[in-house]
Amino acid sequence: MIRSEVLREIAPVIRDHLVICNIGLPSQEMHLIDDQPSNFYMLGTMGLSSSIGLGVALAQDKKVIAIDGDGSVLTNFGTLPTIANNAADNFILLIVDNGSYGSTGDQPTYAGKKTSLAKVAEACGCENVVECQAEETGQVIKDALASNKMTVIVCKCESGNVKVPVITMDPVVIRDRFMRTIQG
Amino acid sequence: MSVNQRIVDDFKKNDISFVTTVPCKQLAGVIDAIEEDESIYHIPANKEDEGMGLCAGAWMGGKRPAIIMQNTAIGVTINTLVTLTQYYRMPLPMLISYRGELGEPVACQVEMAVHTKALLAQLNIPTYHFHKEADAEELDAILKHTFMCNKPVAILTDASFWNGY
Repeated sequence: MIRSEVLREIAPVIRDHLVICNIGLPSQEMHLIDDQPSNFYMLGTMGLSSSIGLGVALAQDKKVIAIDGDGSVLTNFGTLPTIANNAADNFILLIVDNGSYGSTGDQPTYAGKKTSLAKVAEACGCENVVECQAEETGQVIKDALASNKMTVIVCKCESGNVKVPVITMDPVVIRDRFMRTIQG
Repeated sequence: MSVNQRIVDDFKKNDISFVTTVPCKQLAGVIDAIEEDESIYHIPANKEDEGMGLCAGAWMGGKRPAIIMQNTAIGVTINTLVTLTQYYRMPLPMLISYRGELGEPVACQVEMAVHTKALLAQLNIPTYHFHKEADAEELDAILKHTFMCNKPVAILTDASFWNGY
């Protein structure tokens, strides 16, 4: 399975929760598959999906799922100690780990080589870290939501992209409807 | 009242309850005061752009945020300020130690000081410079202004300001 197939499969599981969608193709794919006002699409700023997600989770009680990528976590490695030391039990970090920088042409990342993001997350102090295969992701997210424990999920999937249109929605519209969902 | 407590009190007066920090020697006292205050969630960040991501999330989640950092961080955070904070129109008070000004003992800090105001001007970031003790009297108004206009706003605090206390 490639990332877009993973997102298609988990869409029904996450659609009733707040979702931070990572820059580039992950946002574009979620937007195409199941656009929801509860989705916050990142149009720029590589690396900060997990940070934005943690901030939302710490500020309010609704459940938050940050969809991140292996390349983006590598860009903002400092996020993992911050997450570990500021546990929010309404927060799930889903790292879609396809071992490549998908949005820029599938250049390989170190996570697809020797580096284990699950082990790094554990070493940073994250207490509930689950590494799973792409096909298991929906069930793993369901279990994490039911556990009411902050969970880091590393979903190992294949590299590859499908053609999707860019998001043309205005950023202020994206964040305004996201904030209204939170307040509602 | 110490300047540190005064800053924290102005933060609280403006409902700021989520503060991320990356330390600087000049800011140590105000960071301690933030940490000690139970009505503010203090979340140290490992890098300032990470901190701005946390603040963006916290604001969308309903809390008023602020970031405390050194002016060297302007170099680190330009992309985040432009593509996240400004692009999505989010408020962010930035309390910044203005290293490299008069009284600075570390020559390398001057290298970033000479670019600080130019970069902030280029980014169209409203910028205030606290040089003397009395300048802190404007903080309350600056914070109100920030949350009125939904912009990142810089408050540069130099060595003369901190030594005045």
